[in-house]
Amino acid sequence: MATYSTNEFKTGLKVMIDGSPGAIVENEFVKPGKGQAFSRVKIRNLKTGRIIERTFKSGDTIEAADVVDAEMQFLYNDGEFFHFMNPESYEQLGADKAAVGDNAKWLREQDVCIVTLWNGVPLSVEPPHTVTLKIVETDPGVRGDTSGGGGKPATLETGAVVRVPLFIQNGETIKVNTRTGEYISRA
Amino acid sequence: MTSRTSGDWQPTAALEVLKLRARMLAGIRAFFSERGVLEVETPCLSAAATPDPALLSFHTLYTGPLYPHGQTLYLQTSPEFPMKRLLAAGSGSIYQICKVFRDGEAGRAHNPEFSLVEWYRVDCDLTQLMLEVDTLVRHLLDRHVALAATEKLSYREAFQRHAGLDPHTATAQDFARAARAQEIHTPPEMLAHHDVAIWRDLLLTHVIEPRLGQGRLTFLYDYPASQASLARVRPGNPPLAERFELYLNGMELANGFHELADASEQRTRFERQLHARSLEGRPPVPLDENLLAALANGLPDCSGVALGFDRLVMLASGARTIGEVIAFPLDRA
Repeated sequence: MATYSTNEFKTGLKVMIDGSPGAIVENEFVKPGKGQAFSRVKIRNLKTGRIIERTFKSGDTIEAADVVDAEMQFLYNDGEFFHFMNPESYEQLGADKAAVGDNAKWLREQDVCIVTLWNGVPLSVEPPHTVTLKIVETDPGVRGDTSGGGGKPATLETGAVVRVPLFIQNGETIKVNTRTGEYISRA
Repeated sequence: MTSRTSGDWQPTAALEVLKLRARMLAGIRAFFSERGVLEVETPCLSAAATPDPALLSFHTLYTGPLYPHGQTLYLQTSPEFPMKRLLAAGSGSIYQICKVFRDGEAGRAHNPEFSLVEWYRVDCDLTQLMLEVDTLVRHLLDRHVALAATEKLSYREAFQRHAGLDPHTATAQDFARAARAQEIHTPPEMLAHHDVAIWRDLLLTHVIEPRLGQGRLTFLYDYPASQASLARVRPGNPPLAERFELYLNGMELANGFHELADASEQRTRFERQLHARSLEGRPPVPLDENLLAALANGLPDCSGVALGFDRLVMLASGARTIGEVIAFPLDRA
């Protein structure tokens, strides 16, 4: 069992916490001038997203979590699992709905995502920062309006709904920022 | 640690802050000069080291004239031992501004080498020394930090007020319960720790310190005898260490002692600390026999204090990290 000592603690380190994999998001060294040193850490539970605070005595150890980020291509969704493929090894694996979560609405077939694996099983899926998606439904815009002011909702091929300028029409493809959910431009 | 990039040659402190540092150093020297306290310099390298299990000394090897086969030398964690030898030799009140070195300490408010202002006042009790610390710190922070009236809080009052227990009588279980009540979570192994000292430090650093010195200087005093370090212990129930610490805005700034002058008591404490070190699996260090000889010869009644200069600059400049006030911290050293 791999372990990390408090001296190895740093942001991003993957550790086991309460039986779940976690990532250190903050590590503070605290020590009275003439006393015991501690590492006060904040750890994000990678399953639930919750932040946990924990204090370790300097020199104590914590179990390492076998968590790796892999670039994988999204293949298809069979209704239960989202299937991804490693573009180098062609190895495939399925991520369940809990792992994909809200990001499902940004997944377009062929796009390369970051799949976070814990002991080889997908924990979370991060879509590309920018995705190009086709509009399947939006109200016809006011003819001649090119100002971009105002805007209207548009439903994309993946089911995501974003606000687009009035001049954008049904059937067009657009670029969207997946972190903010905002329209960027026509593709 | 930040990765090595092409910008790493540059200082982490702004030039304005380095200028403020220089002005504050000049202010300290003027303060002591006016008060007739002698500036001294003592060696950073010593054949002896502090056995305090909470302080880890760096060491290096000297080889050359005098020690042709090599001599291990320890970098000081504080200039306390040689300064006491000067006091025993009749120096009168003295101060020093120097670099000290502590292995294993790096963080938001820690760098393994940092600057201390350490001074000793002959025929001076802790109350008088606290007053002088207060005067100096107010003088240095003037026009940088607005300070309300200074507060003095005993170690017991601070724990009762902020953690709801008496630190002198509470058991490890009491401390563990108080920690849980304050949402301090530790690994289950910690709960098995019956060492009350660790629990005191946990609550002190996590619960009490952040609440001390809010907009004012707070002196914490009357420490448990087990945390006397090099301070005298006043008999009583419980016996209390004649020691204080100074806090401002939750940050520990200074540590002061009514200095222990009893050589045999000092040797007993050193040996207890050496034993504690060995229990933690740390190698022994040579005791400072020169200090013990100086104490045996007679240390004048005195009080001494070490003030963390970098942290004082942090407070004066509004810095969040120690790297903002020193030119090149550990990751750029």
